[in-house]
Amino acid sequence: SAPPCGCFILQRWVPLIVLLCVSARAVDRSNFKTCEQSAFCKRQRELKPGRSPYRALLDTLELSDSRITLQLINDNNKVRLLLELYRLQGNMTRVKINELKPLKPRYEVPDVLISDPITETLSVVSQDENSLVLSLGGKDQRLIVSAQPFRLDIVEGPQVLVSLNSRGLLAFEHLRARKDTKSELEQATEQENVEQRTDEDGQIKEEEDKPGMWEETFKSHTDSKPNGPSSISLDFSLPGVEHVYGIPEHADTLKLKNTDGSDPYRLYNLDVFQYELHNPMALYGAVPVLISHSTDRTMGIFWLNAAETWVDISSNTAGKVRVISSEAPQTDVRWISESGIIDVFIMLGPKPADVFTQYASLTGTQSFPPLTALAYHQCRWNYNDQEDVKSVDQGFDEHDIPYDFIWLDIEHADGKRYFTWDPSKFPQPKEMLQGLMDKRRKLVAIVDPHIRVDNGYKIHNEILSKNFYVKNKDGGDYEGWCWPGNSGYPDFTNPEMRAWWASKFAYEQYEGSMENQYVWNDMNEPSVFNGPEVTMHKDALHGGWEHRDVHNLYGLYVQKATADGLVERSGGVERPFVLTRAFFAGSQRYGAVWTGDNAAEWGHLKISIPMCLSLGLAGISFCGADVGGFFKHPSAELLVRWYQAGAYQPFFRAHAHIDTPRREPWLFGPENTALIREAIRQRYALLPYWYQLFYNAHRTGYPVVRPLWVEYPNDVATFSIEDEYLIGKDLLVHPVTDEGATAVTAYLPGKGEVWYDVHTFQKHDGEQSLYIPVTMSSIPVFQRGGSIICRKDRVRRSSSCMENDPYTLYAALNSQGSAEGELYIDDFHTFNFEKAKQFVHRHLSFSANTLSSRNLAPDSQFSTASWIEKIVIIGGSQPSSATLKNADDTESALEFEFDSTLAVLTLRKPGVNAAADWTVILR
Amino acid sequence: MTCLHLLLTLVFAVSLGTPVEIQRPRGVPLTKKPFYEENKPFTCLDGSRTIPFDRVNDDYCDCKDGSDEPGTAACPNGSFHCTNAGYRPMFIPSSRINDGICDCCDTTDEYNSGAKCENTCKELGLKERDVLQKMAEITKEGFLLKQQLIEEAKKGREEKQGKVTDMQENKKQLEEKVEALRTVKETAEQPEKEAKERHLKAWEEQKAAIRLEKDKAKMAEAFLELDDNADGFVSVSELQSHAELDPDADGTLTETEVQGLMGGAAQVDTSTFESVWTNIKDKYHSESQPEEPAPVETPPEEVKEPVVDNDSEPFPEDDISEEEDEDEDDEDDYHEDDDKVLPTVKTPEKSHEDGEAMLPYDPDTQTLIDAAQKARDDFEDSEKALREMDDQIRNIEKELSFDFGPDAEFTYLYSQCYELTTSEYIYRLCPFNRVSQKPKYGGSETNLGTWGSWSGPENNKYLVMKYEHGTGCWQGPNRSTTVKLTCGKETVVTSTSEPSRCEYLMEFTTPAVCQEPANMDLLPHGHEEL
Repeated sequence: SAPPCGCFILQRWVPLIVLLCVSARAVDRSNFKTCEQSAFCKRQRELKPGRSPYRALLDTLELSDSRITLQLINDNNKVRLLLELYRLQGNMTRVKINELKPLKPRYEVPDVLISDPITETLSVVSQDENSLVLSLGGKDQRLIVSAQPFRLDIVEGPQVLVSLNSRGLLAFEHLRARKDTKSELEQATEQENVEQRTDEDGQIKEEEDKPGMWEETFKSHTDSKPNGPSSISLDFSLPGVEHVYGIPEHADTLKLKNTDGSDPYRLYNLDVFQYELHNPMALYGAVPVLISHSTDRTMGIFWLNAAETWVDISSNTAGKVRVISSEAPQTDVRWISESGIIDVFIMLGPKPADVFTQYASLTGTQSFPPLTALAYHQCRWNYNDQEDVKSVDQGFDEHDIPYDFIWLDIEHADGKRYFTWDPSKFPQPKEMLQGLMDKRRKLVAIVDPHIRVDNGYKIHNEILSKNFYVKNKDGGDYEGWCWPGNSGYPDFTNPEMRAWWASKFAYEQYEGSMENQYVWNDMNEPSVFNGPEVTMHKDALHGGWEHRDVHNLYGLYVQKATADGLVERSGGVERPFVLTRAFFAGSQRYGAVWTGDNAAEWGHLKISIPMCLSLGLAGISFCGADVGGFFKHPSAELLVRWYQAGAYQPFFRAHAHIDTPRREPWLFGPENTALIREAIRQRYALLPYWYQLFYNAHRTGYPVVRPLWVEYPNDVATFSIEDEYLIGKDLLVHPVTDEGATAVTAYLPGKGEVWYDVHTFQKHDGEQSLYIPVTMSSIPVFQRGGSIICRKDRVRRSSSCMENDPYTLYAALNSQGSAEGELYIDDFHTFNFEKAKQFVHRHLSFSANTLSSRNLAPDSQFSTASWIEKIVIIGGSQPSSATLKNADDTESALEFEFDSTLAVLTLRKPGVNAAADWTVILR
Repeated sequence: MTCLHLLLTLVFAVSLGTPVEIQRPRGVPLTKKPFYEENKPFTCLDGSRTIPFDRVNDDYCDCKDGSDEPGTAACPNGSFHCTNAGYRPMFIPSSRINDGICDCCDTTDEYNSGAKCENTCKELGLKERDVLQKMAEITKEGFLLKQQLIEEAKKGREEKQGKVTDMQENKKQLEEKVEALRTVKETAEQPEKEAKERHLKAWEEQKAAIRLEKDKAKMAEAFLELDDNADGFVSVSELQSHAELDPDADGTLTETEVQGLMGGAAQVDTSTFESVWTNIKDKYHSESQPEEPAPVETPPEEVKEPVVDNDSEPFPEDDISEEEDEDEDDEDDYHEDDDKVLPTVKTPEKSHEDGEAMLPYDPDTQTLIDAAQKARDDFEDSEKALREMDDQIRNIEKELSFDFGPDAEFTYLYSQCYELTTSEYIYRLCPFNRVSQKPKYGGSETNLGTWGSWSGPENNKYLVMKYEHGTGCWQGPNRSTTVKLTCGKETVVTSTSEPSRCEYLMEFTTPAVCQEPANMDLLPHGHEEL
């Protein structure tokens, strides 16, 4: 839900306090810092490329099996740093830089890496007085350490893959003692002494203070900065690279833009009211992962730091029509963070899939959601009461529209006390949940991390008594304003607090909850209406650490603790489903994210594609945007187009602001109702494919939806495409996102490949731009020739109702007349697939006129009632006979139909169980 | 193979206690039984193709219209018929067959899903009959009440129309009276006016004489002051010492300018000074009272109204948040005390110049004035009576002009209000006027809409009332309320809700919408088709 306009409205809380909004139109940029207004960013950005003051002290080299360490010295101030280099399994290099002797420990991000990365031996190949060459194994990959000025280069043969500090932007603000308590005179004298001393004996020289080092004020908020300056920065040069992606979350293009002359991309989880499109402002979540891509190589840089971070991108080809032949393209990336250490993982690819594997090996893969979570979700701020929930539920049945989840926003709770129900609106929550369960449907109720300060509220009292709240700089409980009014913020970085939080989801703890109730964590940036930039004060304290250090991690912890709670309440049996608005690297392990409070505008519909693609590249596949747009009232056309687009995005939920008119799918006339019904039905029919892709994402870390270049890495025409994308590798979607559109132009990639329109089976050649006339019912979707996709064409009221239904196989043949695909089946909601290997995973292949189903997981076991009801072979030829051969070698003839104009062969009712071995032979 | 389904199902229908068995494929309504002849090829009901009969309900969709699978979920567009003996038969979409959810009260839709459904048809049938019966009773009584309402409305209307006619007659008389009194008034005002003018003129003259005398005295005083050397003449140089007399106000009073003021003379004596005095008296500053107070003509400073205007009252920002610097108003909560009467500050009637009050009227004039005042009062009273009469007529005519339904059955709601108290608010519906909401525990009333129109469905627009243009919502529309009317013995608001922000829904029962009761025999018996 929305923060009210960078200020807040507490309508129900205190009726007389009315807060008012600046403008309903768009973000009030003045509420959020520019780089110029963020003291460390300003300081760092003033540093221009040049000769680095850092020097590697090669004689301090220490070599062990797992790592190499070296000291670096800043020749300007003599501060020493410790450089650690690791060669990690799976073609990655980790570079860590910290102060050799920091005044106090600097924050190192915990809980994001799934485990200590496995190291491989890093051996010295050669060494001279100014350099050290280390072998990274593989194809003559080397890591070269240059001593003066300090720089790192990773090379493969003669080719430089990436250079660190080649532009001299390594900057490490060392921790220093606070001086401002001393008198000015003393300070001045000391300053002189220091300088003299430095010249004489080379001891640590103290630099002059710059504005904002010891205190910083933004609007009316002052950051006390007790630890002073602590920021870090490092530059990376990527020769041969023109395209970089990732570092979500920004409402911007898929391909990252050059930030010369504008603000850098900002990563700082913020609750931005009515965000604007196409700018580098920070949004709700942050994943500090950047992916570079060229026809030669795909690589990734993972900057493991949870503090406020800015990323500058500079490309020598940006804005130029053509690269001057003498100048090779190059992209320079610079990371700046406010605190912590430099801890960076360089993922060396070389293919897109390798980078995904590498990143997944560090931070884990997408959690495998219960099937139902992939179905359609109906949300609104707010469904008013039980009666309302019931009538919306009935509305779906009356209009024969499938849906799985209905959602309750903040108004459901008693006075915004999460884990409770409003006694007048939701007096019998279990009755309501049972009603939904009878329809095999589910409910999500919101649980936000701000806790109403109210001594009549059990949750608050417990947190208070356990001392679990985040503290303010003076040591008292931090309090801020959010939906309930004055609120406390539990310290989710504390594992004990998280365990306690998780326990609150137990059925006996969370009164009125049932097993078909799931959870949504909103406002977990955290949103603090009266805090700086609508978030928590950076000098607030999480145990020994400042909020400054952990900020971007807070939202991840909230979702983790909630997901843990859902697992625990089921005794470890059920897969959880938790939606979050704030996220960080690793959040993919805990559930779904959405793109926050968007608006009912065509531009917001369009941007939902690159926003979710960027998240997918950074590991978070389960992404969606509010269908219809959160703020404002969509036209019927926009709403229909959004449903059509949303039906083909991973997380498919309609949502609306409380002040907008109702917009359940049947409120826009029968024609639009029919169009929306059809879009949702297409989603349900494709659920087996989505489910299989999520299973694979869970196993491998490959994104579920992918930019075209991921599958066609050599086709430069695909590198900037963001108005279409692939689901898995077999479906290409080009949603209609323009008002009044009569046609779209879709690029179909792949030389020598063919694509089939999934609605008409019409065949098109690859590597062409296809002009497609569209009507209001059109959702341009193409199946790749060479693929087999399994669908459930019997669409019912919810995905659970379809669990035992039969499959139809759509085999789209490539130009060689073959195709392959997968089918994955399990119980759709428990961990038994993992714990007890209870699943079916089949490989389906068609070649030489034989279609067969082979077991991909012979050691797994699962029995399903589902069977194969139909096989559609697209782009096939007419056989004279079709024979089904069962596992026991019994044979039977299959009836078939052949449409010669479209070359579509339909085999009637093979009837075999979906888990069985079988073969169909065409003659 | 998982899908061996019963091709045929036995349908038991309980009718008047006599069991009847009719065999037909599962999901087929009796009316369509003839199309499904066992052991004969089946032709899809759209005629698109013919298939062997064993493909009917074989869990594979052969017909585009779904007619070959009336009893399975195989066709996306099929429908399943449940007999629901004891209740009412119905069709459900094929997708609800064996989906684990009990849709048909006779359980026939869940024959292979494992769902444990209970046959609830009998119960439902009884319940429905019960409800219908109660409804029928309500309708019956309500309809009787409605007849009374119609009668009353008719009577009321006639009365009112009669009243209007009478009032129109009275009005005419009143108008004549007003005219007569107007003449009386005007007649009395003429001599009054003349007498007043006379009195005023005499007063003015008297005042002028006094002023002249004062002026003369001032002039003499000035002469003495100016005549510095006391030679009985005012010379150019003597006058030149008074710089304030500078005609072009350029800061210097030249000799030429002085000569101009003195009409060319080099010096003047007391008698010739009179013309010079005329030229200088407006600017002349007496030497004895150099700081003469501002002339009385300068209007006194406007008396400032005390600041009670809430528009200008600064919003108490400090109470809320330091972030708020560009607040806008939320009209809802902000101008609650607009209606507060501002204390009117009367500018005191300005006294006549020089502070001298006019002399009281002489007795003759006063008599004339008193007579005129009485005539005026009489006239105004009669005019007021006429206006009131007009208002009354207009009100009744307005009432008569409302659309109170085809038989004026809604007339009784006029000028009534009905309240419903919820946990938070008191809702108030005043039909044909407005809907409002007031917090239960203090706070001001919010207008949820004023009477708009009847807006029920085309066949009966009198089932829904629409109230519009209520108080505006932040970032949203003006509040509006839809009132749904249902038949009931009582006239009462039964529920309110806000389905969409600022769009309210009210349920309201009234006998006025009760239809003539249907014949009780038409109530369903649960198996019309048999």
